[in-house]
Amino acid sequence: MATVDYKTLKNGGFMRQIQKNRFSLRLKVVGGNLTAEQLTTIAEIAKKYGDGHIHLTSRQGVEIPFIPLDNVDAVKNELLEGGVLTGVCGPRVRTVTACQGCTVCPSGCIDTYPLAVAISERYFGRELPHKFKFGITGCQNNCLKAEENDLGIKGGYLISWREEACTLCGVCVKACRENAIEINGNSLIFHEEKCNHCGRCVKSCPTDAWQGTSGYLLSFGGTFGNLIAKGNQILPIIHDDAVLFRVADAALAFFSEYAKPSERFRIAVDRAGWDQFKKTMEQAYAGTGISNRIFN
Amino acid sequence: MPEQESQTEYSIDDAVDITDVVCPTTFVKAKVALEELDDGQILSIRMNDGEPVQNVPRSIKEEGHKILKLLDNRDGTYNLIVRKIEE
Repeated sequence: MATVDYKTLKNGGFMRQIQKNRFSLRLKVVGGNLTAEQLTTIAEIAKKYGDGHIHLTSRQGVEIPFIPLDNVDAVKNELLEGGVLTGVCGPRVRTVTACQGCTVCPSGCIDTYPLAVAISERYFGRELPHKFKFGITGCQNNCLKAEENDLGIKGGYLISWREEACTLCGVCVKACRENAIEINGNSLIFHEEKCNHCGRCVKSCPTDAWQGTSGYLLSFGGTFGNLIAKGNQILPIIHDDAVLFRVADAALAFFSEYAKPSERFRIAVDRAGWDQFKKTMEQAYAGTGISNRIFN
Repeated sequence: MPEQESQTEYSIDDAVDITDVVCPTTFVKAKVALEELDDGQILSIRMNDGEPVQNVPRSIKEEGHKILKLLDNRDGTYNLIVRKIEE
């Protein structure tokens, strides 16, 4: 038998188990969705090569444990035939997670799955100083826990009020949890500085007097393992996918430039300084960053 | 402010109190009460402050009914005035 290259196996999603020559195979899942056909393939492989059970990871991943080392290639080929790809581990962009978003969930403000696919296609597996996690959540309910991710994306609405459609019914005043809306006699007062873009006024308004333009609220530097830190929101709401990708590109470039090897994004930004990072992100947001001048 | 007539003039056909139940039964109880009404009739739904008043109006809207007014009873409860809309 050839020498086992554990690093290559791990990078390809084969996680060494405590049992000798047994691997837990991590599969590629984007936005938490698999087709029924993919699940059937996974079930068949688990029965044929594993011990018949499947593990669901904390980040919407699927792993088939107890794959014998000798079967690694056969398993990969059979999975591929069944439309299932293997995942990644190590210092690179990991599984892009997402909630169901506005095409399924009444609370959703953005269409999360196509965005997860687009982000995964652009960044999945990209090598970096350490792991890097993207997570997409459709609204302020935050089922997907955006701020736990290195780069979290949360759906929101930039709202506006049409006086002519408003009946001053009072529903939005109570729907808003930030106390940003007030009705005083025959006038409505919107305290814009309190608005967190949750869009509950839009969703609940009986006459559609509240209108919302959907967008992304980004959080940077979240990590929830050995170090626990919440991602920081430092940019205004983003409405344009091109701006989102410009900012994400700049964040990954910053990570590559400032992190020491094997250093998490959060630590790198903490050390480089949030002021500098914020300035870089603001330039990317505005389209005035150095990288934009080179690549665009 | 141009006011719409339907929002200012209404007569209540029936009332339901959902202050004795919690989510998600709040919405279910309101929905059952609405099912008892005819198209166009008006229901007053009494609900608690907090989660019920934050969420029930939106659920009623999503069911396709017309919300006319939310009245503050000044006792920690609100009355949501809803016109039943048959699908």
